[in-house]
Amino acid sequence: MPYLFQETASARRRRTLLSVILPLFFLSLPPWSPAQEQSDKPIPILTGNIGTFSFVTGGQNLIDTQINPVLLVPLGDRWLIESRAEFEGQFQRPPAGGPYGGPVNKHVDYAQVDYIANPYLTVTAGRFLTPFGIFNERLYPVWIRFLQPDPLTLPIRTAPSDGAMFRGGFPVSTQANMNYALYISATSISIGSVDAERHVGGRMGFFFPGPRLEIGGSWQKTLQDDRKNAFGFHMSWQPSKLPLSVRSEYAHAFEGSGYWVEGAYRLSQFRFWQKAMRRTEFVARGQQFFVGAIGSDAEDALGLPGANTREADFGVNYFLRDGMKGIFSYGRQFSPAGNFNQWSFGLAYRFLIPLGPTGASREAQ
Amino acid sequence: MNSTFRWKALAALGTLALTSFLFAGSPLAKREAKEAESAAFVHPSDAGSMRVEGEKRFHANCGRCHAAPQKFPPRMMGTVLRHMRVRATITEEDRRMILFYMTQ
Repeated sequence: MPYLFQETASARRRRTLLSVILPLFFLSLPPWSPAQEQSDKPIPILTGNIGTFSFVTGGQNLIDTQINPVLLVPLGDRWLIESRAEFEGQFQRPPAGGPYGGPVNKHVDYAQVDYIANPYLTVTAGRFLTPFGIFNERLYPVWIRFLQPDPLTLPIRTAPSDGAMFRGGFPVSTQANMNYALYISATSISIGSVDAERHVGGRMGFFFPGPRLEIGGSWQKTLQDDRKNAFGFHMSWQPSKLPLSVRSEYAHAFEGSGYWVEGAYRLSQFRFWQKAMRRTEFVARGQQFFVGAIGSDAEDALGLPGANTREADFGVNYFLRDGMKGIFSYGRQFSPAGNFNQWSFGLAYRFLIPLGPTGASREAQ
Repeated sequence: MNSTFRWKALAALGTLALTSFLFAGSPLAKREAKEAESAAFVHPSDAGSMRVEGEKRFHANCGRCHAAPQKFPPRMMGTVLRHMRVRATITEEDRRMILFYMTQ
């Protein structure tokens, strides 16, 4: 069977290139070193958040209860295994009346292995959150987000990736740090209810610690179907003289485009009722979505609005204790499909449980 | 995936591998690794300034996304900061300073 031994020139070149790349990777791995004392060795942690919310959208009530456990397992000085699952129940009263009921969705958001190769590079493999913009990767947890309703543009190019990613952050000058992520989602598998797709992309940002300003951009190209490009921009700013935080994202893709701008102002500078005021945060978000070229049914399937949409939301968060906050918000959505109000209130809590001996703090030693 | 794109992807991976190889062996990387090793042994006179710098970096980096959490024991903070180094792409120096501040 001579064809078994036939190899195209392209395959030979690819094999040669891989035989160069792989040894380089292994050579780039610095030797293991006992960088920390045994007493300070990181231990596995179970963290995550629990939230229960009531969303009243156009007069219809939805009770959303979710648990998002995150498992962090450090190995040696440079490895980290991390995974987040989502268990979310969405319960509604049937139109004909009766008790609340509905589906409980379960899926794995990410399950990845990270290798911190050096101060400039971390290599990640597995299923990971796609770094397109900043909301999906950094701001999604219910205890972090300013407002519980998702931004309208969130479904744009944020499907989870299954493959490899290179990322890192390092100073480029005394005034600026650069961060980057390059990824390829090479397989098309599904875990639970979440499907992956083949795509390649990257994100780059610059953070200026002085003014506490971060700006950056994202790009992604699908490697299937129409092989469309998508791009986005993000910014985040926390002025040092005000307890204010401003964030924004813009995303443009074949399936639609849009932006959101949100801000949170902590009332810690108020001189009266200080105990309550410093726990109180006013939040607001303005956003707009423009439908793409895929049709309203496909937009709905992706979780995007089926028509051009504008939305404004206002809310109050009250921090009851570390990691626990009560939330309340009101928003109104405007679109040719109909205008409606959206109310939300509930409770979000972040937990953190050590899965090993924590040791004593340095003060106690 | 067509052959041209596959070649581009392989070339990109090769460049990253090479960059990683070069940086891993660079004096800067070695210096930072040495600094990281000595982070646990801080001279008392440096501790105050490191704490101040750590607090500054903590507010600048962590405050970008979330409210300040309470301090946890060092072995927990080490894991949290390793996670945040990957998730939030904070620099190694920032991670080291913030870890010092959060474990004092």
